[in-house]
Amino acid sequence: MISPIKSYSNTFIILILVLVFIFFINLSLGSVYIPLKQLFFTLINGEVDKESWRSIILSYRLPKAITAIIVGSGLSISGLLMQTLFRNPLAGPFVLGISSGASLGVAVLILGASFLGANITSYAFNNFGLAIAASLGAFLVLSAVMLAALKVRNTMSILIIGLMFGSLTAAVISILAYFSSASQLQQYMFWSFGSLGNLSWKEIIALLIVFLIGISFVIFIIKPLNSLLLGENYAKSMGVNVKRTRNFVLIATSLLTGVITAFSGPIAFIGLAVPHLTKLLFNTSNHRILLPAVAVCGAIIMLICDSIAQLPTSEYTLPINAITSLFGAPIIIWLLVRKRKIYY
Amino acid sequence: MKQTSKHIIKVSNLSIGYTSKKNVSTIASNLNINLSSGNMVCLLGKNGIGKSTLLRTLTKVQPALSGEIFINNIKLEVLANNELAKIVSLVLTERLPDSSLTVFELVALGRQPFTNWIGYLTNEDMEIIQSAFEKTNTKHLMNSKCYELSDGQLQKVLIARALAQNTPIIVLDEPTAHLDLHHTINTFSLLKNLASEFNKTIIISTHEANLAMQLADELWLMSPSKFISGKTDDLIAENELNQLFDSKLISFNKTLKQFTITDSKLF
Repeated sequence: MISPIKSYSNTFIILILVLVFIFFINLSLGSVYIPLKQLFFTLINGEVDKESWRSIILSYRLPKAITAIIVGSGLSISGLLMQTLFRNPLAGPFVLGISSGASLGVAVLILGASFLGANITSYAFNNFGLAIAASLGAFLVLSAVMLAALKVRNTMSILIIGLMFGSLTAAVISILAYFSSASQLQQYMFWSFGSLGNLSWKEIIALLIVFLIGISFVIFIIKPLNSLLLGENYAKSMGVNVKRTRNFVLIATSLLTGVITAFSGPIAFIGLAVPHLTKLLFNTSNHRILLPAVAVCGAIIMLICDSIAQLPTSEYTLPINAITSLFGAPIIIWLLVRKRKIYY
Repeated sequence: MKQTSKHIIKVSNLSIGYTSKKNVSTIASNLNINLSSGNMVCLLGKNGIGKSTLLRTLTKVQPALSGEIFINNIKLEVLANNELAKIVSLVLTERLPDSSLTVFELVALGRQPFTNWIGYLTNEDMEIIQSAFEKTNTKHLMNSKCYELSDGQLQKVLIARALAQNTPIIVLDEPTAHLDLHHTINTFSLLKNLASEFNKTIIISTHEANLAMQLADELWLMSPSKFISGKTDDLIAENELNQLFDSKLISFNKTLKQFTITDSKLF
């Protein structure tokens, strides 16, 4: 008997070609025009007409493009995991309170600065300082949610607990914001806009390592995730350790979204919208196909959003978070208006 | 703990129910079962009498309050979940969550206890899946999406999934709850055939009492006062069936082997 499971290798080859294409487009676009030929010479370490082009590409555009790829695929994979675990099409990587935790950490650092004294704050406002504050906040809120999750057997309750923690932290941030100065608020706002461009190579390597650790957790739960499509009881009856699978999903998601949010801010909508788009494109629920597909689609869409955000040839860069939402919200609305049922 | 017996399921002095922090609520106690393989068993009893609790206990979804359960001569408590999955497969009454799984993918999931870490299907797996489709006569549905199926088709496909799991025991919780008479009889005769021809042990909880009388090899009867298990004909001969329902309303007609309304003037 020949397996009737569709092979998607053609779709994958096309998607990867698209990814490579968008990657180079992304590198060539920006406030300074750099010819494609010069771009290639830079990448293969050849002769370049202007040395400034080389440094623009190597120390700004290339790290940004790589960050976009990691952020896009990491958030999308987390979104898919959450949607399968909670069997809810509205679940995304942030339902566990990760983004609100990170926001809280950053808010305490920036908005609470007046309580801490100027010496600490001026030192802390660099990138790593914000990343550490965000990670700590995300880790704290997430641990609280996870502790609650240990007590609760029902998966849906975990979803609601995550949302409640989100409300709590939002409230704390509001109070902090109320007592803050205008310049502090502005600084906090800038972080919450999200940004892909501020990472040094060192930070990218840190991001990449945690990303790979997160992904390695995912690989081991592809099979149980498929049986969870039939519900927890069927999964159990097929010998799946549901609790372990759930924990792996929670760990992978918190590693992926935690580190991404720490370095690039709370980037909205990618984690929610990309899995839906991918499911429409591939029309399957099989995680062996969906997981790599979602990773590639997420990377492509993040690169596109970033290309739009830097408003080619102009000096301005729009906040990435605005672009992803501008892009994501209409898609979700369009999906619902078309009454195409979303299968998850 | 090994105990040699010809019985595929052996239950002695079992109590079932729920424990919470404060108290233990026993739903049924003193349950004894000796079931040989290749039999089709129907579990009968009124709503809320504990049929599902019994099936959940036998399939290790919830723990027994006391007593012993041996599946395939192995004590249930010491069977790991992934080992149990190779002995017992389930067809549940709950709705499947929405997904865009194809029928083939759904049935192939039945191979999960046997496949490697990524779920790769070997030739042997494919043959077993193929035969599951053939036994349930559902091969033509293979490429459909599960959400496109009718209730009757879906039930057959779920049975095919259980067959793909290739377990000696299949447990079905009210498999015909959503089906019309045609599909109900169709499903029952399919299950009967699986038991007699392929030596499967089939346990069905059902409200189709009259159908059970005609098709079941054994009956498990649950009433508030007691639990009885035995051969269908023996139980009929021993007049055990009258106690199953409220005798003012329903009584068992021994010659027809059917449940009938006790007093037609009632209506």
